[in-house]
Amino acid sequence: MTPHRTASKLLALAAIIALAAAGCSSEGGKQEEEKGDSGNTGVADTPRYTVAMITHEVPGDTFWDLVRKGAEAAAKKDNIELRYSNNPDGPEQANLIQSAIDSKVAGIAVTLAKPDALRGAVQKATAAGIPVVALNAGLEQWKSMGVTEFFGQDESIAGEAAGQRLAQEGAKKVLCVIHEQGHVALEARCAGVKKGFGGAGVVENLNVNSKDMPSVKSTITAKLQQDKAVDRVITLGAPIAITAVDSAKESGSAAKIVTFDTNKELVGSIRSGDVQWAIDQQPYLQGYLAIDSLWLYLTNGNVIGGGQTVLTGPSFIDQKNIESVAQYAEKGTR
Amino acid sequence: MHPKKSLRFAPRFPGDPATTAVARPSTGHRLLARPELGSVVGMVAIFVFFFAIADPFRQATSMGTVLYVSSTIGIMAVPVALLMIGGEFDLSAGVNVTASALTASMLSYQLSVNVWVGVLVSLVFALGVGFLNGFLVMTTRIPSFLVTLGTFLMLQGANIAITKQVTGQVATDNISDMDGFGAAKAIFASSFDVGSVTIRVTVLWWLLFVAVGTWILLRTRAGNWIFAVGGNVDSARAVGVPVKQTKIALFMGVGFCAWFMGMHRLFAFSTVQSGEGVGNEFIYIIAAVIGGCLLTGGYGSAIGAAFGALIFGMTNQGIVYAGWDADWFKFFLGVMLLFATVLNMWVRRLAVRR
Repeated sequence: MTPHRTASKLLALAAIIALAAAGCSSEGGKQEEEKGDSGNTGVADTPRYTVAMITHEVPGDTFWDLVRKGAEAAAKKDNIELRYSNNPDGPEQANLIQSAIDSKVAGIAVTLAKPDALRGAVQKATAAGIPVVALNAGLEQWKSMGVTEFFGQDESIAGEAAGQRLAQEGAKKVLCVIHEQGHVALEARCAGVKKGFGGAGVVENLNVNSKDMPSVKSTITAKLQQDKAVDRVITLGAPIAITAVDSAKESGSAAKIVTFDTNKELVGSIRSGDVQWAIDQQPYLQGYLAIDSLWLYLTNGNVIGGGQTVLTGPSFIDQKNIESVAQYAEKGTR
Repeated sequence: MHPKKSLRFAPRFPGDPATTAVARPSTGHRLLARPELGSVVGMVAIFVFFFAIADPFRQATSMGTVLYVSSTIGIMAVPVALLMIGGEFDLSAGVNVTASALTASMLSYQLSVNVWVGVLVSLVFALGVGFLNGFLVMTTRIPSFLVTLGTFLMLQGANIAITKQVTGQVATDNISDMDGFGAAKAIFASSFDVGSVTIRVTVLWWLLFVAVGTWILLRTRAGNWIFAVGGNVDSARAVGVPVKQTKIALFMGVGFCAWFMGMHRLFAFSTVQSGEGVGNEFIYIIAAVIGGCLLTGGYGSAIGAAFGALIFGMTNQGIVYAGWDADWFKFFLGVMLLFATVLNMWVRRLAVRR
């Protein structure tokens, strides 16, 4: 080996270290920004707590942006250091809870999408004296796991509400698009739609892979081309709805698109009529309440909900009420 | 690449004629030329790094978690490393873990039998998948990358389709109240305390598997065969190595460990999600490569794969302990792994040159 090659190796090593340093410094900048902001908004004078939020987010889903923004807003106001982490794989999410216990956080907010996989870790946290609240998913199981509060919507009720509305609108054949295979709550939504739709017609499920949008698009397109009788597509997430709009156009199908959950882009689609309506479970509120409730518990022993689920949905967003929601969507908080 | 006379001893770095020419090098030199040396240095570097910056990482209790995460990767990294030394890949390893767990869980629940029946049937199933992989690779002569990609996709689809057909949902039913669950949990997913540290039983199994893997590679005839078929198939066949049997056995070894990890997942969490395990096959391969296995086969070690798993486990948990922004998680993971691999390679070159 020549000295020249060794030098180039060292150079490569230095470049990697520089890259890592660049990653770190961006975080430093963010911290500065937070410090600057907190001066203006007013911060609680309670002791600084560290709280972990652990979700089953598939990285990059806009829904979780809103949950996180709500959580961050509450954390900033409550003088809480928020540690957010996520993994869609149940056992991996359990490991993240274990890491939070090891880190001796003051409280844990967790989504229970795969409740059986998380039961052991959650019980360990409560045994260690760490208060645990749940949000978004796990409506059926949270009480039996030693979790004190739950913020979310009942997916079956939300699904039924959607199904009833579709029946009223005179739909005959509905396609329910499941974008995360293995997610109990999403299956519950489609089951709810079927129940609410009742005898008005047929509800058929379609599995797509939300990690790969082009494949989502082509799968829905193919299904609409194959089955011209489909007159409504109901998606379970805003990004999927926007893709489904494209699929419907591409396939020449007359199917109308409706969806669960919203984001900034979807508000525009409802306004323009591309998407008929959306069921809103207020993700920002879920994130905010989860963190705020932990703060209330840690500083004042309060528990929200009286041992019952605190429902954050469902409510409908359509062309009638879109304008009142739109102004917040512009800011990226609805 | 491998002169036959050196097969008795620890493998040499293939590109270096100096080491192979020496009949019996000194112990110190042999230690330096071991494939896992670089990964040890990488492991120490990563450990020191997170020890310095992440407060929770310094606590003994956290080490229990790091070891657990490493063991779930490490148990699979051993047979995957052996298979890579033998010159093949198995992309179905990750979903085979889930498939084994699903088989055991659904069979026991649906037939209402003792869970051990499901455990044993799923062992046969997992070994069968391994055998099929090996058999197809050897008889069709299609590269294992393609064959196992096929079985990977088939298992991924079958996992979800069969689970939904049988249970009506995407996860299996909870089996924690069935006969035999307690005993199976004690073997596959129990834990015990050493002082304040909780050690999961998988850590002990991991140590055992690494020991067995190392013993096979360095002390048995089968070990020589593995290096031989991975180094040069034709010359191996010419000197009478049973190439077909060796490779099929290696694939079945992966199947066995996939079964073991599947049982761990099942008895640790009582239920199995049908979509899990996808993507883990690459983590196993990464652990083996960091540990010094060559992608081209013929070189590597089981201990190295263990260090690779430990590097991965420490990085995985260390980033969380350090409280870094979760959005950057994968990026940091990539940087750390690249760093460990480059360091590994650099140390190895340095050692060989000496």
